[in-house]
Amino acid sequence: MKPTNITNPEYFHKVVDCQYACPAHTPVPEYIRLIAAQRYTEAYMVNWESNIFPGVLGRTCDRPCEPACRRGRVEEEPVAICRLKRVAADNKDDITEFLPVAGASNGKKIALVGAGPASLGVARDLAPLGYELHVYDENAKGGGFMRSQIPSFRLPEEVLDEEVAYITDNKNVTTFYTSRVDSLKALLEKDYDAIFVGSGAPRGRDLPDLPGRKEGAENIHIGIDWLGSVAFEHTSSIGKKVIVLGGGNTAMDCCRTARRIGGADVKVIVRSPFADMKASPWEKDDAVAEDIPIIDNHVPLEFVMEDGKLVGMRFDRVRAEYDAKNRRKLISTGEEPAFYPCDEVLVAIGQENAFPWIERDIDIEFDKWELPKLDEVTFQSTNPQVFFGGDAAFGPENIITAVAQAHQAAISIDLFCHGKKLTRRPEPGVTLVTQKMGIHEWSYDSSVVSDIRFQVPHADKAAALGDRKLEVELGFSAETGFEEAQRCLNCDVQTVFVESLCIECDACVDICPTECISFVENGKEAELRERLRMPARNTDQDIYVSDKLPTGRIMAKDEDVCLHCGLCAERCPTSAWDMQQFLYQVTKASQI
Amino acid sequence: MSYIRPEFRHPDSQTNINGFTRKDYEGALSTLCAGCGHDSVSSGIIDACFELGVWPHRVAKISGIGCSSKTPTYFLGKSHGFNSVHGRMPSVTTGANMANGEMAYIGISGDGDSASIGLGQFGHVVRRNLNMVYIVENNGCYGLTKGQDSATTDIGSSSKKGDPNPFQPIDLCSMALQLGATFVARSFSGDKEQLIPLIKAGIVHNGFAFIDVISPCVTFNNTPESSKGYEFVRDHMEATGKMDFVPARSEITTNYESGFTKEITLHYGSVIHLYKDDKLDCTDRNSALRAIQEHDEKGQVLTGLLYVDPDSRDFHKVQQTVKHPLRDLDEQDLCPGARSLGAINASLR
Repeated sequence: MKPTNITNPEYFHKVVDCQYACPAHTPVPEYIRLIAAQRYTEAYMVNWESNIFPGVLGRTCDRPCEPACRRGRVEEEPVAICRLKRVAADNKDDITEFLPVAGASNGKKIALVGAGPASLGVARDLAPLGYELHVYDENAKGGGFMRSQIPSFRLPEEVLDEEVAYITDNKNVTTFYTSRVDSLKALLEKDYDAIFVGSGAPRGRDLPDLPGRKEGAENIHIGIDWLGSVAFEHTSSIGKKVIVLGGGNTAMDCCRTARRIGGADVKVIVRSPFADMKASPWEKDDAVAEDIPIIDNHVPLEFVMEDGKLVGMRFDRVRAEYDAKNRRKLISTGEEPAFYPCDEVLVAIGQENAFPWIERDIDIEFDKWELPKLDEVTFQSTNPQVFFGGDAAFGPENIITAVAQAHQAAISIDLFCHGKKLTRRPEPGVTLVTQKMGIHEWSYDSSVVSDIRFQVPHADKAAALGDRKLEVELGFSAETGFEEAQRCLNCDVQTVFVESLCIECDACVDICPTECISFVENGKEAELRERLRMPARNTDQDIYVSDKLPTGRIMAKDEDVCLHCGLCAERCPTSAWDMQQFLYQVTKASQI
Repeated sequence: MSYIRPEFRHPDSQTNINGFTRKDYEGALSTLCAGCGHDSVSSGIIDACFELGVWPHRVAKISGIGCSSKTPTYFLGKSHGFNSVHGRMPSVTTGANMANGEMAYIGISGDGDSASIGLGQFGHVVRRNLNMVYIVENNGCYGLTKGQDSATTDIGSSSKKGDPNPFQPIDLCSMALQLGATFVARSFSGDKEQLIPLIKAGIVHNGFAFIDVISPCVTFNNTPESSKGYEFVRDHMEATGKMDFVPARSEITTNYESGFTKEITLHYGSVIHLYKDDKLDCTDRNSALRAIQEHDEKGQVLTGLLYVDPDSRDFHKVQQTVKHPLRDLDEQDLCPGARSLGAINASLR
């Protein structure tokens, strides 16, 4: 193998598993350390700079960071990263003085369609640069699907209001609420320098051809529309017996909302096996904890009507079979169809993009799925003036993805408005700083605690089910937050090796608790991985390889289960190993 | 600040034949200087015991005084230990072994502890062929008292801020051979591939197994002018030949390299495989002494297995003492009765 090029920012970035997995690349260990130090405001601002909605995301994020967390590779559970983010948001002081001020006008005007995370993200990044930003949304308040689809018992309204206001209060941002954009053509004619479409994926999938769908229409609702109507208080009750169709997070939100506004007997019925359901495991747990049975392997056959009234649904019982490529097939068991009685049905089987308001003669090309053709890096459409982001861009994802795309779209818009080349993207900001303070002293807390993941306390169940707006999760206390923060392995504090200093005494090899350092003959990667002190079989993780040492061997370190405990550096007599903090920041259109 | 080793180990860590993980053989975190060769020896002992699958409670580690003699704290934390008086590790081990010959005894000493204050004790424990592994962590200086030359410092070698040593060194391997040791080896803390099989073979050997491990003092004696520094030893090391230790039970299950040129069967059926054994006949005492001398004259350090007597009879056997633990002897064993006494008396008439 060739010596590892640690000057490539992506090498150490990949070692910070959580940050690497995060679409917005939020510097997770950095803010977790700040939380442990009770510097909540700074922790919040590290988040805000990167993901814009720390309070919202600390409650609702899909947390791609947690399955990636290194801790999950050495013990059962990852660090509760998402809930720690909330600790920062809950305990911060007034942050208004740290918010960017509106930049002096640069004479450019941008329209943003939709007031969801994508548009708001673009607005935040561009406001300090002096753009005049017009945000259009059909609803009375900003937040988009964060408001309409996420129930208040998971995300209190005031948290969302606060974080939306941090953006919309900027003088360069003007909001046009209850102003639905019905024609992009008309908007294009309004003399905007660029238009950003962040209108989400507003259409919930239906089962139009299922027998009884038309007849029962009055009691059959599309999940996301129904959630929105509850959020904006157009709907305040539901029948006693409710069936929720679908296995994603929207289904979980639907069933739990139904439980709170009159649904006494609420069931989730899903086609796939329980384990294959799209919903996050914790959302399934929360639903089950509220006495909502999840019935899997049931494919809807028909809505059953009696005397013109919906009385239940019939399902075909199936089992899942997987072929060699792990593709799933649902095969009927041949048993009698199952009947479940109900008063109302919520259909939460997915959602999709819909652009009836975009004319097809304005140079915006669409693909066969009716999605706009976009550049995957710049988010520019075939009409160079129009950019897309969030769910509107490549279909439904999640908030953090929308935010990540917003940052990139904002950069593109800024480059576009200044007539620069969009493909020339700014490099990430990278620093690498030693943490050494003494022989056994580091400026980070290097000791590794053995605590298992702390559980977030929940509100009393009866009270929560009786109040749609009562938040179920109470968040970590500051004390538990500290303890959970201590579980972080500080993966951003890197083990940096300098071969010219190494005397090959083996001290690092002997001390390493996870046996990830080896001094071996060089070889091809696949073969070298097997020859290490512990074979390095997780090929998702790199091997850090040094140049040739005086004995002809090389140092090879398996990054997979390094605990970043710093013992190799403490036991190194010549400081050939050093612990250096690596900070990787995605460069934004404006410096926050 | 951390003097605490994390509890986590590699998730793929294996267990040995008796169900122990490597962690079960670890000790406290070392307080020796960073980069000390002794820590590598400790790690080698841990690996050897883990791979052999010894029961931790069936091992006693006994040491004298010095940096080397601190190290038993840093390995086999679940085994018995006795940190004895300077240079007196052999007599304490002898006592323990006499009381219970069924345990494995690992004696840890240094060049000061064995070649200076303990030279007399060293000589006699060799003569008696006590069943133990005697490891000298040889750094050629008194590290614990700031690096003065020791009795094993080579002529002309100089430590940090020191003058070249004018005195003849004591070569403990040659001495052990002359005094009738039944297993003699030399190794280097920086070469675990060689060291670990030697320790394993030494533990299994039925008699006195002596291993002189050159173990650099990174603080006081790792200078370019020192003959016991990492650089010098690496540049001047000559191995008698690569060796593998094959415990009796694992010969079938483990793949050892083929192509060995000599096989020495030890006690209980364990085997030492030797490769490229052209310089030396490891079962010939004179050949070993000569080879050490010849390499020394060329300025080389001869490492590896130097001599082994596969038919070794340990102290218990020679003395016809009871190898069984004394604590297990009951009244019947200790007072065999008038008839036995009569027989003894008759034999003396």
